[in-house]
Amino acid sequence: MRFNRRQLFRTATGALAYASSAGLLKTARLRAEEPIRVGNILDKTGGLNIYSLKQIQGVAMAVDEINAAGGLLGRPLELHFYDSQSDNQFNSQYATQALAQDQVKVIHGGITSSSREVMRPVVRKFGGLLFYNSLYEGGVCDRRHVSTGMVPAQQLEPLVDYVVKEQGKKKGYILAADYNYGQITSKWMQKMIREAGGEDMAVEFFALDVNNFAPVIAKIQAAKPDVVWSVLVGGAHIAFYRQFEATIGKKNMMLASTTYGVGREQTELSAQEGDGIIIGTSFVDSLPTAEAKAFVDKFHKYAGNDEYVGEYGEYGYRGVSLWAEAVKKAKSAEPDDVIAALDGVSVNGGGGKYTIDGKTNHTTMDIHIVKGNATQTFDVIKSFPQRPPKDTQLVCDLVKNPDDTTQYEPKI
Amino acid sequence: MQLLANYLYLIGYSFAIFVLISLGLAVIFGMMRVINLAQGEFIMLGAYVCVEATKAGLSLWLAIIAAGLAVGAFGIVVERLIIRFLYGRILDTLLATWGLSLFLVGGVTIAYGPQSESVGATLGNFQIGDISYSRYSLVVIIVAVLLLVGTYALWRFTRFGLIVRGTMQNAAMANAMGINTGLVYMLTFGFGSALAGLAGAVLVPIVGASPQLGLSYIAKAFITVIAGGPLPLLGTSAASAVFSTIDGIISYHSSTVVSEIAVLLIAIVLLRLLPLGITGRLRRGL
Repeated sequence: MRFNRRQLFRTATGALAYASSAGLLKTARLRAEEPIRVGNILDKTGGLNIYSLKQIQGVAMAVDEINAAGGLLGRPLELHFYDSQSDNQFNSQYATQALAQDQVKVIHGGITSSSREVMRPVVRKFGGLLFYNSLYEGGVCDRRHVSTGMVPAQQLEPLVDYVVKEQGKKKGYILAADYNYGQITSKWMQKMIREAGGEDMAVEFFALDVNNFAPVIAKIQAAKPDVVWSVLVGGAHIAFYRQFEATIGKKNMMLASTTYGVGREQTELSAQEGDGIIIGTSFVDSLPTAEAKAFVDKFHKYAGNDEYVGEYGEYGYRGVSLWAEAVKKAKSAEPDDVIAALDGVSVNGGGGKYTIDGKTNHTTMDIHIVKGNATQTFDVIKSFPQRPPKDTQLVCDLVKNPDDTTQYEPKI
Repeated sequence: MQLLANYLYLIGYSFAIFVLISLGLAVIFGMMRVINLAQGEFIMLGAYVCVEATKAGLSLWLAIIAAGLAVGAFGIVVERLIIRFLYGRILDTLLATWGLSLFLVGGVTIAYGPQSESVGATLGNFQIGDISYSRYSLVVIIVAVLLLVGTYALWRFTRFGLIVRGTMQNAAMANAMGINTGLVYMLTFGFGSALAGLAGAVLVPIVGASPQLGLSYIAKAFITVIAGGPLPLLGTSAASAVFSTIDGIISYHSSTVVSEIAVLLIAIVLLRLLPLGITGRLRRGL
């Protein structure tokens, strides 16, 4: 039998395909069972862990629940947790490890804006996907970054409206944590207070390890504002709420905050120290809805205790649920496929309906103005259904500029 | 008038904090020349003992005393197990106490979890003019001054103080006079630890107890004692007075960040002008 070149090629290809088909099948089956790796980088230890402890459980609970229901796309999820120890250096180190070595398909995590900003370039470099489950100052326009928490247009705007317009507390004194979140959020605050017809008397910044607030409390009393705005962050800053109550007292001066409660501060303070503080939130345990109650019950059962869960615990669960929904929609866990499927992905969680806006990769959600009460939880004063991340939508369009990676800041 | 009251209050409070965090170190490092990097963790332990004691039903005041005693006893154990083998070996002490500090932070994190805990001190406030001040800050100031005066009196006027000073000056001679110097070292170290424990307990209603609490104080404590110079008590109080005056005034007019920078700048300038510390030129005293 004589082969010409063409026949030889055809036969050889066929033979090769036949010979390798067993191997191919084997690989294919292996792939079907191979777990999808999910990274979670949060601060289990260190001064910022008040925000992470419940979120770590929230993420684990969501992953376990998905696995119990048969996994995603027929593949189980495998959770890799990394303790970033409240130190940004570990965020970049572990993000690299997660993506390069452990081959995770998504990273959930980062609490502070500074930790997010060190992880974003890493995620970009390895073509990964970052779900940042935290409230923040807004404006990050990056297709590899998804924000599932509140931004100022969602949280701060109704809060400022309530305090300045409804309560008539026009003169505000702003205290903020000294890093990018506090710096940018305080700018938003000044802008919104002015737009609401109020006055921002002063802005003062505090390093994260400051726990002596006596000087600023004396200054506040000399300045006599109507309301003190707290953008304070972390375990050391909780001391402010104690010292405020021991001197001025919330019955004499209103105290409003963008960050109070998300670190479960009220559980570390006495009932009196937490009573009366006003915050904007997308989830507190005491939301009067069936969803919230079901979520809190589920969380308590999972954690094996009945501690307060709070916004950041819910964010962990919310982030994983939204990502899983996007994976189902994309029929793939590859970061680029998931990113392409993000627009309009929606889940119903403890705080109501969350929908991702594909133009900005930010999330539309319900917002509530709540007030700390004497039983160390919160009473809902007012609710604002389905608020979009308007501030970021004004400046960011990932459909038009998919290569944008800027974080836009407010101008005042 | 109002400004003066503010200054007095802020300077007094800042002075109290400087004295509280550095008094124990003034004894352990200033007198005994032991570089104790775990001093901050002794403060942290004091805070936790106070939290536990109040949970067990003691009043805050008893809890503070209990914290002093417990941390003092803990200090004695540390001295017997670690420090006594290392007298005169500065580098080794430094490593050993640093290790101890890491161990304590880790241990407390495992035992209590990493979140912070606190006790409420609802003493209310008092008014001067338009401004209300926390009553508990006054308690802090009074406790700090009492501890300072008490420590001074103990060293200066009691037989025990005389023996301790003699031993620190010349251990071999004291030994020859029939004094059990090992015991004296042990008790002095325990006393310095107890002061740290008291400090942590007194501060807990204001700052809360967390495993990292000591880290925020240890550098300040060393700077204060070193700037104070060879006479531990006088030096530490003088350095605290200088630093707190600057801290109180600048933090009121500018911010806490600027005042911390100012304090460090002054410390550098002080040590440049008086390399041996504020009391470097004085021959005698405590």
